[in-house]
Amino acid sequence: MAEVTLVEAINLALARAMEDDPGVLLLGEDVGLNGGVFRATAGLQKRFGAERVLDTPLAELLISGLCVGMATQGLKPVGEIQFMGFLYPCIDQLVNHASRIRNRTQGRLTCPMVLRTPHGAGIRAPEHHSESTEAMLAHIPGLRVVIPSSPERAYGLLLAAIRDPDPVVFLEPTRIYRAAKGEVEDNGEALPLDVAFVLREGRDVTLISWGAMLKETMAAADALAVEGIAAEVVDLATLKPYDEVTVLSSVAKTGRCVIVHEATRTGGFGAEIAALIAERGLASLLAPVARVTGYDTVVPMARLEQKFMPSVGHIATAARQACQFS
Amino acid sequence: MADGGLPVIARFEVRHRNYLAPDGSINRPLPAFASDAKLLVSLYRAMVLLRSFDRKAVALQRTGRLGTYAVSLGQEAVSVGIASAMRSEDVLLPSYRDNGALIWRGVKLEEILLFWGGDERGNHFSGPVQDFPFCVPVGSQAPHAAGVGYAFKLRKEPRVAVCLFGDGATSKGDVYEAMNFAGVHKLPVVFVATNNQWAISVPLRLQTGCETLAQKAIAAGFIGEQVDGSDVVAVRAAAEEAIVAARDGQGPRFIEAVTYRLGDHTTSDDASRYRPEEDVQARWKEEPIARLRAFLAGQKMWSKADEEQLAAECHERVEAAVERYLATEPRGPETMFDHLYADLPEVYVAQRNELAREEDG
Repeated sequence: MAEVTLVEAINLALARAMEDDPGVLLLGEDVGLNGGVFRATAGLQKRFGAERVLDTPLAELLISGLCVGMATQGLKPVGEIQFMGFLYPCIDQLVNHASRIRNRTQGRLTCPMVLRTPHGAGIRAPEHHSESTEAMLAHIPGLRVVIPSSPERAYGLLLAAIRDPDPVVFLEPTRIYRAAKGEVEDNGEALPLDVAFVLREGRDVTLISWGAMLKETMAAADALAVEGIAAEVVDLATLKPYDEVTVLSSVAKTGRCVIVHEATRTGGFGAEIAALIAERGLASLLAPVARVTGYDTVVPMARLEQKFMPSVGHIATAARQACQFS
Repeated sequence: MADGGLPVIARFEVRHRNYLAPDGSINRPLPAFASDAKLLVSLYRAMVLLRSFDRKAVALQRTGRLGTYAVSLGQEAVSVGIASAMRSEDVLLPSYRDNGALIWRGVKLEEILLFWGGDERGNHFSGPVQDFPFCVPVGSQAPHAAGVGYAFKLRKEPRVAVCLFGDGATSKGDVYEAMNFAGVHKLPVVFVATNNQWAISVPLRLQTGCETLAQKAIAAGFIGEQVDGSDVVAVRAAAEEAIVAARDGQGPRFIEAVTYRLGDHTTSDDASRYRPEEDVQARWKEEPIARLRAFLAGQKMWSKADEEQLAAECHERVEAAVERYLATEPRGPETMFDHLYADLPEVYVAQRNELAREEDG
């Protein structure tokens, strides 16, 4: 089995999906000859042709709208938006069309599309390149929002997203595009959507996160283990719809929960999880649910960026406090 | 050569097409299809049915039996003329005021009433199953049309996507982005702007600095043509030419159909607040139905008896549809979860059950 980076795993999944299904096509800015700004589509135009790996004009709304039109014709378009900060022109298409055309037409038309975009801060990028507004997307009925945290899950979840009969926004953790490496067997096997992954079992505290932030979350769990605190780490992976069962059963086991996301705090997806636990897991709680998040600010540019992001220390401190609460 | 003799590298023209004058007389030789009296009569009948349906829909809304409704009054020739040039396997992407096109393509009157009556089942057309539902946001269906056209081209299917929107939509980036892409790839897409002069209360002169909307196609690299949108012969001729060219691989076209919205924007609007009644009355002299009737009568293709019979038929057809609409039982509230996803995620089953229980209780 080959060890690949997360972005290489995405490339493998895209190639596999295109190989398996002639209806799969890729579109976006610079995805063709250039192979994508992060190289996610490298080599694919040469392999599958310019009709199926399509360089679009610079128009994000168009990319998402084209996907809707193509998907209604039984194609499986996979659109790429270069950075999440440029996804916002697509929101109209996602909210008003992609996510609801099945419902509006009572199943007469469907929208099996995927919109991929890098997610999150930490790469010292210019303004508008460090967004993590996944909660906004997770609020949209009829959509799926998926975010992998390792090469293996990037491969398996992207295959699942492309095969899914409904629209999926696939958020790719930019910060670990190349930093995360792992063995990926290119066997065409998808991983399940709507399911959280327990990355590490533990009895003392549940740490819930997704995407790149799992790197720090896992490191915090390592640090806590040294102190004798056994943290259970849950990778939510699909944010819409999310796996309430795994969240609640983990909290039932540990009685303590820390939610970690780099997105800003207010109305972040952590609030949703905290509310779920308050509604349906209160009896098992031994400590208040804690959130470790970005601040309610614009993501600062490179010089202050690290100060915005939750650190291993922040996460470990929150977990310790939860464990010491009485 | 006022600019120091700089050469002109490009010049463009925008054609205007009209055959029938407001009084029904002919301005120029008619296109070939117009020798088919049966076809002309069927266009006329479709426009009259639409007007009759509109009148009834407004009455239903006024009496609380239909939701907000957008009337086609004065612009019947556009959606009927365009749809009549399409094949059933083509895909229509309509705006919310294009009832005439849907009816022509076989969507049932009661389905349209169901939609405006607040029931998604109205969008489950018994007509062409790939046609899009009404697009209520303005212009956002244009990128879909480009996507549909791309799929046709990719699969080498001889089909055309026909996208209808209003003059207001031409101010949106969506429409330009879609046209631009269709131009790049020479897609089989026909874009049609129904220029009825008003985007709710905003008149065309505040909508665009352009002399015509048709010229917006030039920036996207293809032909834009203006037609008299109250002349159904002109609309159909332009549509036929554009659709045939698109099907033949010649790429997209843009048609600006210049007409006038004689009614309010919707049943929730009162156009008298923003436009003088005299203007509207003047425009009534140009409306499409009287125009075609005058032509048909002049050609001895239509009589007073035909008119009376048609009115009775329309009445009967509309009333029967209204009966079926009103007799359609509302669905159980838990059906709002139907078709949300292909398979309802387990996590939402509890919400659906909650709603069903509430109903039972």
